[in-house]
Amino acid sequence: MNVEPSVRVEDKLYYNRYLVDVGHPHVKVRAHKTPSPQLLALLKACPARCYELNDDGQVEVAVDGCIECGTCRVIAEPTGDIQWSHPRGGYGILFKFG
Amino acid sequence: MIEERFDAIVVGAGMAGNAAALTMAKRGMKVLQLERGEYPGSKNVQGAILYADMMEKLVPEFREEAPLERHLIEQRFWMMDDRSHVGMHYRSEDFNEERPNRYTIIRAQFDKWFSSKVREAGAIVLCETTVTELARDGRGRIVGVRTDRRDGEIHADVVVLAEGVNGLLGTRAGLRARPTPDNVALAVKEMHFLPRETIEARFNLKGDEGVVIEAVGTISRGMTGMGFIYANKECISLGIGCLVADFQRTGQTPYGLLDHFKRHPSVAPLIAGSEVKEYSAHLIPEGGYKSIPQLYGEGWVVVGDAAQLNNAIHREGSNLAMTSGRIAAEAIGLVKSRGEPMSATNLSVYKKMLDDSFVIKDLRKYKDLPPLMHTQSENFFLTYPQLISKAMQNFVRVDGTPKAEKEQATLKSFVKARSWTGLFGDACRIARAWR
Repeated sequence: MNVEPSVRVEDKLYYNRYLVDVGHPHVKVRAHKTPSPQLLALLKACPARCYELNDDGQVEVAVDGCIECGTCRVIAEPTGDIQWSHPRGGYGILFKFG
Repeated sequence: MIEERFDAIVVGAGMAGNAAALTMAKRGMKVLQLERGEYPGSKNVQGAILYADMMEKLVPEFREEAPLERHLIEQRFWMMDDRSHVGMHYRSEDFNEERPNRYTIIRAQFDKWFSSKVREAGAIVLCETTVTELARDGRGRIVGVRTDRRDGEIHADVVVLAEGVNGLLGTRAGLRARPTPDNVALAVKEMHFLPRETIEARFNLKGDEGVVIEAVGTISRGMTGMGFIYANKECISLGIGCLVADFQRTGQTPYGLLDHFKRHPSVAPLIAGSEVKEYSAHLIPEGGYKSIPQLYGEGWVVVGDAAQLNNAIHREGSNLAMTSGRIAAEAIGLVKSRGEPMSATNLSVYKKMLDDSFVIKDLRKYKDLPPLMHTQSENFFLTYPQLISKAMQNFVRVDGTPKAEKEQATLKSFVKARSWTGLFGDACRIARAWR
């Protein structure tokens, strides 16, 4: 059997430098009762695992670890499920190497 | 200071934006460049390889000044299944030349230096400034930008959109479409630090020699994708990217794929004992020629990744970015020198010049390959790598089976997996798309 060790994204994000813009999230999820397939896809596709299901089965976003790649924008902005802006100048991920 | 009017505003300080700003500033134009990162480079991610020919056209003496990592003397292509890789390696002493052709670089460091050249040339570079909107006049022409730093508009004769693959301004203003899941890839990357002697021993290098490994196969689990390993001086850039549409379809996680790649028996020994210092992710334009948007309009041009100018087959992007930035700037300079307005008609010279360059010529050559790779991904990225690995093992393993029988078995395995028509069709499709 090929059992894969689970990957902890939080450990990876820990290497990174961020300046979090508290109170100004640059990505917002539209309020919903049942998530669309696009929103559900973000649970897996986001490389920083910013999207999680809450206890009511809705998709929530926490942008503190966001790497600003734009994958969620490409998948879920056309359907109106999310709103995506750049963080304010100077905030967000600050790559040391890039 | 900002109340004055500029000849040009450049949005973004990546390869394309820096090339454009530098070229215009060197011509004596009044240039304002806006960058949302803390410093130029702090939002930029690339493998990264720098192509000297295109860089020389911008800063001829860059080799003496720029933070370069290693000059590449060897290229390795790997086709991988879960336990093996079949490799094609090209290494040549010719690449140990006085003016090497390709270098590995670290973008955050390189871009900071590149930007210092832009400032030296006389452009004003404002960091920590996010452009929120393009400003239009009553006739719909682009006349400047709005930022999050101050109220009001900053005006210029022309706006150069060098805002990257995920640029919001052009798409929000309706100048081009948002990238779709099937024309961008998501790549994730880690920086693995090791002592320089360890890297040189593991990759068979001396001094500042460098090597690049690019890998396809079961590592992308049937998705259209590629892994890469670049040797820098004291670290290794290691990553993997796949089409966003494929991630969406399969539910594979990018970090799961990355860790799987790192554990592959051909990869793990290269990075054993390393210290990871950064985890990054970025989109890569993959749509090729057919996804290039309108490149110019009334008071604006778009350059680099924002214009999907990326050669996915040769994995070249930064050179297309800096060349398109330079050519756009030269076109703008030409219009300005004639004393004419930055209208769409006048700026169309940018497209003409770009069409005549390697940028569009190369992308046009491969215009049919991205769709082929994207629709046949299971065959090209899963089935064939497995078949080829088995064929190679069959070829090299000595076990008393007569060679004729071995060849028969290999042939049978290909026909069984893809059928004669499938094999013939794949060969024809690749040949036609490559031509």
